[in-house]
Amino acid sequence: MSNQSQAVDPQTVEIEDYKFGFHYPDSSVFKTRKGLDSEVVRAISHHKSEPEWMLDFRLRSHETFLKKPMPNWGGDLSDINFDEIYYYAKPSEKQWKSWEEVPESIKETFDRIGIPEAERKFLAGVGAQYDSEMVYHNLQESLSDQGVIFSDPETGLRDYPDIFKKYFGTVIPYTDNKFAALNSAVWSGGSFVYVPPGVKVDIPLQAYFRINSENFGQFERTLIIADEGSFVHYVEGCTAPIYTTDSLHSAVVEIIALPGSRVRYSTVQNWSGDVYNLVTKRAVAYENATVEWVDGNIGSKRTMKYPSIWLMGEGAHGEVLSIAFAGKNQEQDTGGKAVHAADNTSSVITSKSISKDGGIATYRGHIKVEEGVRNARSHVVCDALILDPESGTNTYPYMDILSDDVTIEHEAKVSRISEEQLFYLMSRGMDEAEAAMMIVNGFLEPLVKQLPMEYAVELNRLIELEMEGSVG
Amino acid sequence: MNIKIKDLYASINGQPILKGVDLELNSGKVHALMGPNGSGKSTLSNVIIGHPSFQVTGGEVLVDGENILEMEPHERARLGLFLAFQYPVEVPGVTVGRFLKRAVDIRAGEGNTKGFVKKLREMMDYMEIDQQFINRYLNEGFSGGEKKRMEILQMLMLKPDFAILDETDSGLDIDALQVVAKGVNRLREGDFGALVITHYQRILNHIRPDYVHIMYQGRIVTSGGNELVDALEANGYDWIRKQYGIEEDSDVKPVTSG
Repeated sequence: MSNQSQAVDPQTVEIEDYKFGFHYPDSSVFKTRKGLDSEVVRAISHHKSEPEWMLDFRLRSHETFLKKPMPNWGGDLSDINFDEIYYYAKPSEKQWKSWEEVPESIKETFDRIGIPEAERKFLAGVGAQYDSEMVYHNLQESLSDQGVIFSDPETGLRDYPDIFKKYFGTVIPYTDNKFAALNSAVWSGGSFVYVPPGVKVDIPLQAYFRINSENFGQFERTLIIADEGSFVHYVEGCTAPIYTTDSLHSAVVEIIALPGSRVRYSTVQNWSGDVYNLVTKRAVAYENATVEWVDGNIGSKRTMKYPSIWLMGEGAHGEVLSIAFAGKNQEQDTGGKAVHAADNTSSVITSKSISKDGGIATYRGHIKVEEGVRNARSHVVCDALILDPESGTNTYPYMDILSDDVTIEHEAKVSRISEEQLFYLMSRGMDEAEAAMMIVNGFLEPLVKQLPMEYAVELNRLIELEMEGSVG
Repeated sequence: MNIKIKDLYASINGQPILKGVDLELNSGKVHALMGPNGSGKSTLSNVIIGHPSFQVTGGEVLVDGENILEMEPHERARLGLFLAFQYPVEVPGVTVGRFLKRAVDIRAGEGNTKGFVKKLREMMDYMEIDQQFINRYLNEGFSGGEKKRMEILQMLMLKPDFAILDETDSGLDIDALQVVAKGVNRLREGDFGALVITHYQRILNHIRPDYVHIMYQGRIVTSGGNELVDALEANGYDWIRKQYGIEEDSDVKPVTSG
């Protein structure tokens, strides 16, 4: 493709401080037509040369998607027009293992986001998805030598069919909800991770998701299997250009934490303000396994996302740390779920949200303890900080406790940034914006200090950008 | 630094508190401001620093000839003014160390804060504050005495030209009071000036003022030297009212909002 090797000027749309709002001309090598029907589903599957069972799975999922109603709770989704969306766009003919080979405009995009630099500095492996496909994938040799698999799911399906088929769609069935059904019908890209027994991946693997096309739907699919006693930290980041029309991001992430393993999954989501971000994330944790979701939601128009953990084995532990920032025209409907299905299981859900300039941050959580389960412990804390009178926050903590032998704690606190705090800091020389920033950082501090340093820095930087110039 | 307060009127929620304050303050001197509850002492200090809840309805505050009433609080701080709060504010998640580093950066100019940590440790020892407080969140969970010492620690680190101490002595036991006084006296050589606001004589035994001003019903009714402190101590504030022929003002309710 000759047009891929020449540099093209990005068309930057400057709206407020969203740094990643630029896009490059659409140079997809294959794109399905606008809208979705079974022909489009078949076309995607055909293009990927999939086995028959996957095509069947997609078609069944598509039927389910058509039948399922839109959720009548959470953010307002009535503006989504499924007929106006492109469901599949392939950016290039192949996938590369070295940044030098990646087509120029795509490489430039990731350079501007800082991915190659981050890989050099502190990542064990990187996957970079551009619209529908992973264009770059690389894993440190020492890890592949130990049997670690880090690829896109297409590669998983093709090269590791036994393990892929055993787990795919088992944690989140396509019947789970309308958007899980949609993803199951048109999924493309994402990550497939397998960590063999006892292997500890000490430095993070990162996948980066970038939407470039307009009116686009990105439907990546991630499947992580941590075998017995292993450890992996997977990190994802996301951005998109600013357009005048809406895009849709609807991912499905499934994690299987086998006995004694530990999986940490961190997200810093910074979609542009025209992306609907409707994601289903769920993990199962077996005996003595630990799963931690760290979920930072900064961008998007509406986000509905509740990372969940099913504690299936005795001694399993789950944690959700959720940070949401709802700015102008944004609705962050986030939280977490824990299902205690075995004895001596524990869960911790910590949610911190900030709303500003009319943004609405909602915590929605669910703790369930199955009948007959002994010694289940759960601790839920949700704190909301509201920066101005136009903004709002909601808390919906659902509890479903079918056992007596449980310890459940729930704390919720809503605070407003106070004039006294601002005045106090300003009397020490800080201007109003800096004083507000310091208060917001302080509010997030107990959570941020649990993140690896690079992500804490990134999160602070993003929130600073959101805060800049708009206080007062 | 010269601070000239001229015929200053201010109110909160429409209720007038300051009713024509005239007062001149100079660095190099320590001024005491005494007066009963509700006389407007705290309001005066908040108006000088720029608390947004108070509305200035007349008069001016000149710092070296420049009217500061249109300035934001941080601009006034950058001129070298400092307020030790009567009720220091808790700022969760912001450590004392990080906060002070930033405040000192602003005051001294970035890059001029070499030896910050050493200086901070030295001043904490001087103020008898445990070094652990560097990593505590600002004022969160501090006792009343710890908060007041933290205010004086900030003052020692920021070295303002002129500091207002708003009832820093209230609620302190004698040991804490002596530590606070020690902190103020440390800055006294040179150009540093202060306005020490208090109800009681007690703190003035440890920080001897150069001038004493008495506030009553929103105005400065008299100024003088230490003899005024003794007279007040002996006769109470009623004596001021009678001495200066002030009518009992039944409209004015005591104001405790700060």
